[in-house]
Amino acid sequence: MFIRSAASISPQASFSQLLAVPAAYTSNRLNCIEPDYAKILDPKLIRRMSHIIKMGVSAAMECLKEAGVENPDAIIAGTAYGCLADTESFLTKMVENKEELLTPTAFIQSTHNTVAAQIALMIKCHNYNNTFVHRGFSFENALLDAISLLQENEASTVLVGGVDEITNVSHEILSRFGLYKKDPVSNLEIFNSPSKGTIDGEGAAFFLLSKQASGKDYAKLDAVYTFFKPEGIDEVKMNIENFLLSQAINVSDIDLIIQGRNGDVRNDLIYSNIGQKLFPGKTIIDYKHLCGEYPTSSAFALWLAANILKTGKIPYQALENPKKILFYNHYQNIHHSLYLLSAC
Amino acid sequence: MSAPVFIAGTGIISAIGNNTAENLASLEQEKAGMGEMRFLNSIHRQRLPVAEVKHSNSELAEMAEMPAHVSRTALLSAIAAKEALADAAIENFHELRTGFISANTVGGMDKTENFFPEFLSNHARGRLRSVVHHECGAVTELVADKLAIKNYVSTISTACSSSANSIFCGARLIKQNILDVVIAGGTDALAKFTLNGFNTLMILDNKYCQPFDENRRGLNLGEGAGYVVLVSEKVAAKLAKKPACTLSGYCNANDAYHQTASSPEGTGSFLAMKGAMQKSNIKPADISYINLHGTGTQNNDIAEGTAIKLLFEKDFPPMSSTKSFTGHTLGASGGVEAVFSVLSIQHGLIYPNLRFQTQMKELPFAPETKFSKGNQVNHVLSNSFGFGGNCSSLIFSKT
Repeated sequence: MFIRSAASISPQASFSQLLAVPAAYTSNRLNCIEPDYAKILDPKLIRRMSHIIKMGVSAAMECLKEAGVENPDAIIAGTAYGCLADTESFLTKMVENKEELLTPTAFIQSTHNTVAAQIALMIKCHNYNNTFVHRGFSFENALLDAISLLQENEASTVLVGGVDEITNVSHEILSRFGLYKKDPVSNLEIFNSPSKGTIDGEGAAFFLLSKQASGKDYAKLDAVYTFFKPEGIDEVKMNIENFLLSQAINVSDIDLIIQGRNGDVRNDLIYSNIGQKLFPGKTIIDYKHLCGEYPTSSAFALWLAANILKTGKIPYQALENPKKILFYNHYQNIHHSLYLLSAC
Repeated sequence: MSAPVFIAGTGIISAIGNNTAENLASLEQEKAGMGEMRFLNSIHRQRLPVAEVKHSNSELAEMAEMPAHVSRTALLSAIAAKEALADAAIENFHELRTGFISANTVGGMDKTENFFPEFLSNHARGRLRSVVHHECGAVTELVADKLAIKNYVSTISTACSSSANSIFCGARLIKQNILDVVIAGGTDALAKFTLNGFNTLMILDNKYCQPFDENRRGLNLGEGAGYVVLVSEKVAAKLAKKPACTLSGYCNANDAYHQTASSPEGTGSFLAMKGAMQKSNIKPADISYINLHGTGTQNNDIAEGTAIKLLFEKDFPPMSSTKSFTGHTLGASGGVEAVFSVLSIQHGLIYPNLRFQTQMKELPFAPETKFSKGNQVNHVLSNSFGFGGNCSSLIFSKT
């Protein structure tokens, strides 16, 4: 499948900015650098939209615009947490007002399909519309659904994306679960001082996929593969090897590996193990210091990979013009995903 | 991609029964599941009837063989999914490529909303055990683990069309030869969050709902779970009990009109039904029965009715909304109604639309009012439409 366009809203301003000077934070929480939404969306609509809707819809609109596609054959979103701010808002008022004097707006916008629905509404798209909400597989399931629609010839262009937001409440509750580092850290240093916990992240990334090459594609998405709750490192290794085998490629064919380390020592052990066993001597880069950890961060990684293949430039690396990228991420050692991409 | 997808088993729990047989008996006896809230603790208890599953969480936990503190959404899901799997009786199930695709709209919200008052009073308080399964996907995973399904686990949330979409996706994975067996459907437990949300929209009926009636007042919320076991032709051929039907058609379309309201002409509904028939390669006249989305709200029923009027022209098949029995089970409704559609084909059943009195003046047809068996039911169209304009239709066909 060809990635005709890619757009993202993330804690990084843009790919060129990221190459020049990656945005640095001293925090255990990375929030998105938001664009001037009034340039992308109708200002009347912006007022009513929550953070996640603005991010998701804007990334989607930018993506469609870049691809020159007005009405895609399908719109598919992946989100693990959905519209948290609206959910919390309605829930808080419900508790505080003891189920009385409530207004519908937050409830209406709290449903998980709001982003995909708002995109459809905005461009009057009556085609296939779906939302996957399966934790660390939310974006992967959306992506696999997009690929299968294209393979079935049910669609020739699919808009697919991943989106999740941080709210103060979600950050506090997830912090109580021990997910994040206790003290503020420099995001660019998280791999240099290993400790427990990661940094919270958020973002929206959308892609226009097509079976046909357009001549200006970012990259080719060769394959997407997921595996669930592996029993040990050997099962992880076996899955990665089988994936490469199914794509008929050797490790030597891969120029660059993007991995999902998040700075949490327990979490990252799997990557060091796999790296040593399967990819000795390979160029491996991380991405979660740039966007933070969240269940759909792999959408940011796909955006990063697509941009690397398009421009030939890799953040922090002298290596140029990679032709093949392997992406490997796991979310809490439950949801593991692999993508293979090639330069066009 | 014309490989057929068979329905090998069904599982359901709703306000009208704990399993397929009990639901079938209630449908036949025209016994609705609505009543005063017993398990949901809301200030609207006296005013808003709901269609609750008639068991406490601890009773459901025993049936599900799960701890009683997990979300009711997961307990309902586990009970129905286990029944579906047992009903399919696939001998070598664990040697096959299996998937569990479950839908829900608010995940473990029933627990989160009990955590919140304490949390709001002090952000360091509230038991974390209550929010650990808040995510929609977490509910699915609890049940996937219970069923020991690992190859493909997914959750879909497209409001009230959610579980029609999970059945649709499951069928595609089988057609593509990615999986051999998929347990697909959805679950939702009643939650104060949802009840109050629908209440603010002023679309809840304070009496028992009357779908497709001129004097309809709104919907009753329900809860439950419904799953079908989808299998490939190869798996179907080895089953002791031959599947009675296939999922022959499906379509997902978007109304693209309003976040919560349907367009007056029912554009999304029309496209979904039409697309599903095209996929099945059948004409409107071939449809034996329509299981309506039929929520009982002013807006849904006129939009859906108008789309049917347009699409079927004059050959209106028997139709009814079984939400008059189960209430609107939201993310579970597509699964619950898929089970009813399969039963309709298996036993030649047409279900009544309870409490129907007056035909809608805009429509040239009225829903069925009596339960009947022994009908020749070849193709059942099942509609699921939701917020966000998400419209999906499924067609089940006799083998």
